[in-house]
Amino acid sequence: MKPIIEIKQLGKKYRIERNDSYLSLREELSGNIMSLFKSKSSKPDDFWALKDVNLSIEPGDRIGIIGNNGAGKSTLLKILSRVTVPTQGEAIIRGRLASLLEVGTGFHPELTGKENIYLNGAILGMKKDEINRQFDAIVDFSGVEKFLSMPLKNYSSGMQMRLAFAVAAHLEPEILLIDEVLAVGDMEFQKKCIGKMEEVSKEHGRTIVFVSHNMNYIASLCNKAIHLEKGMIKEENNVSEIVRNYISKISGRYAEMKWDYTERPGNEIVQLISVRIVNIHSESSSSLKITEPVGIEMSYEVLKDGHILWLGHNIHNQNGINVFDTHSVDTDLYQKQHQKGLYTSLVWIPGNFLNTGIYFVGCAIFNHLENVIHFHEENILQFNIYDVFDEETGRGLSGKDFPGVVRPIFKWSIRKND
Amino acid sequence: MQQKEIRIKPPGSFSLDLSELWQHRELLYFFVWRDIKVKYKQTYLGILWAILQPALLMTIFYFVFSRTFNVSVNMNYPVFAFSGLILWGLFSSGISNSSDSLINNSAMIRKIYFPKLLMPLASLCAAFIDFVFAFILLFVLLVVFNQPVHWDAFYLFPLSILITFISSFSIGTLLSAMSVKYRDFRYLLPFLIQVIFFCSQIVYSTSSVKSPSIKTLLFINPLNGALEFFRKPFHSDPIYMHGVLISIISACILLLTGLFYFKKTEAYISDLV
Repeated sequence: MKPIIEIKQLGKKYRIERNDSYLSLREELSGNIMSLFKSKSSKPDDFWALKDVNLSIEPGDRIGIIGNNGAGKSTLLKILSRVTVPTQGEAIIRGRLASLLEVGTGFHPELTGKENIYLNGAILGMKKDEINRQFDAIVDFSGVEKFLSMPLKNYSSGMQMRLAFAVAAHLEPEILLIDEVLAVGDMEFQKKCIGKMEEVSKEHGRTIVFVSHNMNYIASLCNKAIHLEKGMIKEENNVSEIVRNYISKISGRYAEMKWDYTERPGNEIVQLISVRIVNIHSESSSSLKITEPVGIEMSYEVLKDGHILWLGHNIHNQNGINVFDTHSVDTDLYQKQHQKGLYTSLVWIPGNFLNTGIYFVGCAIFNHLENVIHFHEENILQFNIYDVFDEETGRGLSGKDFPGVVRPIFKWSIRKND
Repeated sequence: MQQKEIRIKPPGSFSLDLSELWQHRELLYFFVWRDIKVKYKQTYLGILWAILQPALLMTIFYFVFSRTFNVSVNMNYPVFAFSGLILWGLFSSGISNSSDSLINNSAMIRKIYFPKLLMPLASLCAAFIDFVFAFILLFVLLVVFNQPVHWDAFYLFPLSILITFISSFSIGTLLSAMSVKYRDFRYLLPFLIQVIFFCSQIVYSTSSVKSPSIKTLLFINPLNGALEFFRKPFHSDPIYMHGVLISIISACILLLTGLFYFKKTEAYISDLV
């Protein structure tokens, strides 16, 4: 089977000559006259927003595109959705394509909600029969049925967004291009949209190309990802690899650390061999669901008998807050002497405890009673906690980012006082 | 659902791609529908304005040109003025709506793909809907003013409307593409429309123009040829065929120029708009 999207040597060049986006006739004319007198020293700068991109996307793939600002993510999506033309190369699209570069494209404030559903649907490429058929489902999904005959200008921005998403969610293309649009709207509704997209893409084999800054969305929606850098593909892999490498790259830290024999932290009593973040399947992982327990596994070698060794980790979040420290207090070895040999420790941070975000892990072996620190490596590992939409979390149905350093689910009870 | 392979490549040779326009006919319908809806939202009289505007102008012209300046024409002056005004309405609002259409819809153009030619075409079609209503009123006026009508010349109506439609489309398309690149044309437009108004036989008749060379020149304006056809059913004088031919040729040249320039810029419109 041929790939559903085939991209060959694709490139897009922009010319940076003036800061305003359009020219006035006078500027053009005077520019021509001036150029008679001036040497051509001030040649316009060419800027390749995209260069030599090769990519094959198979039917049913859900591709996430990540990269810094200006890496060419949106340019790639714009070319694929044919909003702009490439300067070189070629892209072949084999299937009906719909692009969501924004939600509510073409919404008109003077038209009613109902009229805008039809207009927006048509602009996104739906046929009239299709909109008729889906109309009730769209209205139902949006939850604005009471206001359908009201002009859109009287809608709150949240309602407009819901209506726009509702139309978009009912598109039935074979290929769907999405650009960051999910970054708006309230959380519950986002959840509903992601859920709907996952449902269609998994059940009906819809191909999705998704651009986002939000690693959480990429990780939860996509199965493959590409990392764009300066207009070129830096890496193409499965999504967890890409997200892990990308996050590691932006902070230069990894989910796993191993030391060569000569460089191990520690002293003549105990030395650190390796440390890593693991999921419940004991696989190294730097990106975990909020519902998933996070394991920190440390391997160390004890070189001398007879020492009481305490193990500990410090967890800092991305704002530098020390979320907690944990010591090996409930192990049998806490008050006993270690014998010579290789040891592995494992501590579990329960699921539904940390909030979403990036965490840094430090590790140490020490004994405060003896007033000795054998080693203490600060912030040597990092992992990312992302939100999920199909499991119960401490956020419940609340909107947007849930505040707090941690996000536990506590036992609540409510009774009515008569 | 058709399984078509789309090849996205750097813009190459000129092609009109009418089949693609045809595929997007529903979108054209929705654009026209939107333009009409939005235009008459929050108005009390609604689409009635489509006939009120030329009717009011006709009244003014009647008093100014016929009663005050004694401009004489070969039919009832109100019929003469009204027929001229409604064709002018199609022509001028077609031009002004479509030349602004790309800029006014820039948000959409930057975010979604469709053949850009739909935009000026939809604006013109919206103007055409207005025209249809005014055209109906024309027949009412024929009865009211007891205007004798040569029914055998009726076939000239669609012909003249076609000439008007094509020339309005051509100029509007050309201007829409040019104003994407140079916004100057937006400010030039009202002036241009005014000039064309005075060069058209709306309030006066070209038969009253004495100099043959000026008369020939006037028919470079395709609207004059269209009006020559449009008013033929209301009088028995011969058509100035020489002029009409010039108008038709002029309309064809405009169409080719407009389409060629538009297609040449089309690929870059979303980067410029």
